[in-house]
Amino acid sequence: MTVVVDPESTPELAPVPAKRPRRRRDEQAKASWLVRVSVFLIVALWTLPTLGLLINSFRTSTESSSTGWWTSLFNPFATDWTLDNYASVLGSGGLFEALVNSLIVTIPSTVIPITLAAFAAYGFAWLRFKGRSLLFGIIVALLVVPLQLALVPMLQIYQGTGLTGSFVGIWLAHTGFGLPLAVFLLYGFISVLPKDLFESAFIDGATPFTAFTKLVLPLSVPALASFAIFQFLWVWNDFLVALVFLGPSSDVAVLTIELASIVGSRGEAYHLLTAAAFVSMLIPLVVFIALQRYFVRGLLAGSVKG
Amino acid sequence: MTSNQPGFRVLRALVIAGVTFAALWFGLRFLSDPVAFAGMPANLSKLVQALIAVVLGVAGIWALFYAGNAIIEALPAKATEILRPYLFVLPAVAVVGLYLIYPTVGTVATSLTDVPEGESFFYNYSQAFTNPDVLLALRNNFIWLLIAPLVSVVIGLVFAGMVDKIRLESLAKSFVFMPLAISFVGAAVIWKFVYAWKPAGQPQIGILNAFWVWAGGFLVDLGVISEVEPIAWLQVIPVNTLALIAIMIWLQVGFAMVVLSAAIKGVPAELTEAAQIDGATERQIFVRITVPSIWGALLTVYTTIAIAVLKVFDLIFVTTGGNLDTSVVAVRQYQEMFRFRNFGQATTMAVILLVAVIPIMVVNIRNLRRQGVGA
Repeated sequence: MTVVVDPESTPELAPVPAKRPRRRRDEQAKASWLVRVSVFLIVALWTLPTLGLLINSFRTSTESSSTGWWTSLFNPFATDWTLDNYASVLGSGGLFEALVNSLIVTIPSTVIPITLAAFAAYGFAWLRFKGRSLLFGIIVALLVVPLQLALVPMLQIYQGTGLTGSFVGIWLAHTGFGLPLAVFLLYGFISVLPKDLFESAFIDGATPFTAFTKLVLPLSVPALASFAIFQFLWVWNDFLVALVFLGPSSDVAVLTIELASIVGSRGEAYHLLTAAAFVSMLIPLVVFIALQRYFVRGLLAGSVKG
Repeated sequence: MTSNQPGFRVLRALVIAGVTFAALWFGLRFLSDPVAFAGMPANLSKLVQALIAVVLGVAGIWALFYAGNAIIEALPAKATEILRPYLFVLPAVAVVGLYLIYPTVGTVATSLTDVPEGESFFYNYSQAFTNPDVLLALRNNFIWLLIAPLVSVVIGLVFAGMVDKIRLESLAKSFVFMPLAISFVGAAVIWKFVYAWKPAGQPQIGILNAFWVWAGGFLVDLGVISEVEPIAWLQVIPVNTLALIAIMIWLQVGFAMVVLSAAIKGVPAELTEAAQIDGATERQIFVRITVPSIWGALLTVYTTIAIAVLKVFDLIFVTTGGNLDTSVVAVRQYQEMFRFRNFGQATTMAVILLVAVIPIMVVNIRNLRRQGVGA
């Protein structure tokens, strides 16, 4: 986003663009009725589907399968509001276990690639060694590879070594698929840190390892945070990688897998489906709303995820 | 013995490495079978397991780097200097090599060599391009590619342009942006309710059919049409593909809008003000000045959505399973892999995707670099 306007800054480094000096009120009020109505219509179109799901998740199965959710919105007092749907999906439905599994998968799958990428980005940017530009070029070139290319050969390896269905296996898979983007982004940030910074640290006797942990990492927090949110949402919402490498067995199934299996097996159990869907959306929505600034910043930069 | 003596450093490195590897080994053993390994009751073990998994994954990766560094610094100074950079870059290179380079080569090779005795290298490809199911999937990918990126960009652009002028701008944007945090599976569930269908005469529970029947009822009253039937949006060919594309657009517009909105705010005010003084209307300014100024952002958004669209899988897999003429290449690949166990065809599908994605990705990366992202 910012890059588009300011070619001198890298997007993940640049702060969210400062709002242009605020227009005067009279100028703002100039938006025509047509514009306002159109904006309202689009907002409504973009909100109603989710709102419908939310409302249905608090209605009984009889109501949600016989009348539209909006009838409850118009007659809130005639509606039999209930929390049973949530109680039953979280209780016997196995959804709680899936929620825990999603956390087990997502947190390391976010931290591991960021760590590897930060080390690599620093190495590529500030250390001199044989094969440096070749290796960096290869990693960036891998941005073009859709993860579908990895499925068949990796599945064969996983089945051969028993990694299928293990958390370590999926951590590494998400790490591999996330790394090119992470290295690309963090390199863009770390390579433009001021050179004097390192020189004075080295004079004080720091090794590259301590310079990295004590200087580079703290300074890179904005870039790390942007990528972290991006990767967190990506992994949490991922379905394909989990389906192939983790599988549908309930010990390890993550939320998206569990939700999809409810769609498949109990697609007509509307009331359960709604609650389950909301449980799966809760954490990403909270992360997203709380850290929206960082997310927006990482968004354009993250637009090349393979 | 002081900390500078080589003996101390070697000892220290050995201890650190030993502890790290032992901790990782026990942790991983525990994770692979917590009940058997630690004799824990199954219900308690889930949360303990989660805690250990997270600590292990997060601390483990750092411990490995720390141990690696201790080992390298214990070596003679010259070896340290030579090896040190590889401590930083080789882990990433190794993981990428294993998860992307090796399988990409393997996929291309399998698609060429996993053929019946005596057939040529191109057997899988000629099979694919004469299989009506594959051709259908390709056609659908093409329809998706034609509609979804363009419509998303146009809606995102128009909304970004309009919302720039109103109060409550950031609130309005948040609502349109929100679907970005929702998974494809979640979106599929949300829209299953929007598209829900009940036979004519019963109350519709899906909002689209409710609106359709209601609006159609008006036209019937006016005598424009004779009757209105609710539509099973996800079952009727070819409406179902369009209904699925609409979900994708719903998910992607927020991305387009945010990127384009930031770009619009970056258009120098002098440009638009000068045009205003010259008597240009709002719309003229938008079309002639704003849009050309944000061309780079438009290209980024378009190519990014195009790539996402080419690889679309979850949405279709969860809603129609690729039946009823809705299949695409990625769904086809999954079916070849797991349903038919035909790895030759599965890898061929993957290669087709790669070939389709590469040119768009190249445009995307070059465009980003021109704007100063990355190296």
